[in-house]
Amino acid sequence: MTRVNFILLAVLALCATGLVTSQHKARKLFTQLEKEQERARQLDVEWGQLQLEQSTWAMHGRVERVARQALHMGVPDPRRTQLVQPADVASDVASDVASAVAGARAAPADSGAAKK
Amino acid sequence: MKFATSPVLELQLPTWRSRLLIGLFFAAFCGLGARAVWLQGMNKEFLQQKGESRYSRVIEISANRGKITDRNGEILAISTPVKSVWAIPEAAQPTPTQLARLSALLEMPPQEIRKKLAETERDFVYIKRQLPPETADKVAELQIPGLFQRREYRRYYPGGEVMAHMLGFTGVDETGQEGIELAFQGQLAGKAGSRRVIKDRRGQIVEDMESIKVAQEGRNVTLALDAKIQSIAFTQLKAAIDQHKAKAGGIVVLDVKTGEVLALANLPTYNPNNRTRLTGAQLRNRAVTDSFEPGSTLKPFTVALALDSGKLGPQSMIQTAPGSLTIGSATIRDAHAEGMLTVEQVIQKSSNVGAAKIALSMSAESMAGLFANVGFGAPPKTGFPGEVGGKVRPYKTWRPIEQATMSYGHGIAVSLLQLARAYSLFTRDGELVPLSLTRVDGPVVAKPVISAQTARQMRHMLEMAVSPGGTAPRAQIMGYRVGGKTGTAHKQENGGYAAHKYVSSFVGFAPVSDPRLVIAVMIDEPSAGQYYGGQVAAPVFAGVMAGALRRLEVAHDAPMKAIELPAEGQEVKESI
Repeated sequence: MTRVNFILLAVLALCATGLVTSQHKARKLFTQLEKEQERARQLDVEWGQLQLEQSTWAMHGRVERVARQALHMGVPDPRRTQLVQPADVASDVASDVASAVAGARAAPADSGAAKK
Repeated sequence: MKFATSPVLELQLPTWRSRLLIGLFFAAFCGLGARAVWLQGMNKEFLQQKGESRYSRVIEISANRGKITDRNGEILAISTPVKSVWAIPEAAQPTPTQLARLSALLEMPPQEIRKKLAETERDFVYIKRQLPPETADKVAELQIPGLFQRREYRRYYPGGEVMAHMLGFTGVDETGQEGIELAFQGQLAGKAGSRRVIKDRRGQIVEDMESIKVAQEGRNVTLALDAKIQSIAFTQLKAAIDQHKAKAGGIVVLDVKTGEVLALANLPTYNPNNRTRLTGAQLRNRAVTDSFEPGSTLKPFTVALALDSGKLGPQSMIQTAPGSLTIGSATIRDAHAEGMLTVEQVIQKSSNVGAAKIALSMSAESMAGLFANVGFGAPPKTGFPGEVGGKVRPYKTWRPIEQATMSYGHGIAVSLLQLARAYSLFTRDGELVPLSLTRVDGPVVAKPVISAQTARQMRHMLEMAVSPGGTAPRAQIMGYRVGGKTGTAHKQENGGYAAHKYVSSFVGFAPVSDPRLVIAVMIDEPSAGQYYGGQVAAPVFAGVMAGALRRLEVAHDAPMKAIELPAEGQEVKESI
């Protein structure tokens, strides 16, 4: 009887220690989790600030100003614009390539002459 | 000596002594028991609470206000944290050097700070709100006792003045006060939550106890707005207002397939990021909250009604000679007499007499019915704060002269947004599209008002008005067929019409073969000499329409040839 009691006491002590340790571990992990969550919030804030910065720099008015004034760019004349219909892309490209090839075959004499 | 023979064992003590001792012990146990019951039973809650308050803390969980983005996800409004500096006046006594550096950092005169710190009867005084985080860090480095910082959110608008009227703004406490910020306040606003946690002596959170209130992040709002088209519209409008020295102006771009408002700009405007010194004129979203007498841009509706009723065809002849029409004591005049005109030409040449004659051939009731059907006189229900419905008087009170003038847009007032929407009638084969400020992904249900055939005839007429023989050749765009109508109206002033103050407008659509966009332009008091809608508003329309169609990659429906403008002095002047 006494032996059983001692064994039980030992088990109890073990359990109690285990409980304390696991609680401690849980709390440590939780602190870590909290820190990571705080970091996530910080990063979220930073992301917001970066988004704000990006959209401020990329505002159309500014892009247009830079393109026109610093890079001397402009909208191409509609006469020089060709719209490509998505459905026709494949056939258009094919025919363009075909005509280009045909042109290249017909041209050598001309281009040779031009070079000279 | 053996224990058994000890004389002490022989000793007889009085029994009361042992009884007394037992009694005392028993009483002590009873006392302990009672105390235990008292603490564990009766006072348990109170004591537990006291205990918890030693280590548990309630923490606020902040919730962000939602972002506003354009239809392609570009950020138009976003909240980021800023710091507010506050003080406990009694504790805050900065040294003169600290005060000087603080005033430099906060950009406030030292006297003002000192005045705020002199309010010693108060426990909490804001020194300056909404500082950028970098400045706040520098303030913290000064280490002034009694000075604290508090985290707040501030709304930023990267688009600045370009989007100001559409987006509106929020107050210091992040509640919407104007525009979309106010209209979608319920969706955008986040609800802050709180939770109870256990903190250790180092201030770290070690355990979550309970969630008191779940925080709810504000939802994002995706607008129908296209930031690029908006930017084009704003730039073109601004250029025209500067060129014509106008007082104000507005522009609305609608996608008629979906009823989405792709762009909406007004001038004068303001920078929502820096709202010191604002005037009412800057804040006013004219396109939505102001109604004006549109002038000739309203003619197509009268004509459409006549065609739809079958009374007239596009080629029916109307006598407009001698260029004036007297009804009662009033006379309606054309800019110059045209003689016999077809109904098509009445629109093309913008003849007031022609429009008035057509109007008088119809009943007031049917005209009022059409105006109501195209949404005049009632707010367009976009949810935008302060939107107006314009002014249409009840038809029973119309006199013939009023019915006649209404046909060319006088004596009736509408907002620019209403006018743009009404033109969807011609572009959608007779249906009036519902407006939407937010992006529309599904199909829309539009209300049929006139027949598809009438709408097609009207499109043809409005295309003629933009041709070199019409009032708005400057609205033409290379590569696209365009239709539209000019309007030039005298401004109302002190109950009458001002002689030399005009409102120039143009409403048009493109491409005519399969209309995609309606653009309405209004320019208030152009005062650099030109004031006809065809001269002032039509070029803005053409510029914005060309840019917007490019942006939307709409297929060309006209050959690429240079725009034909009539020779100098040959332009058709519209009647006012």
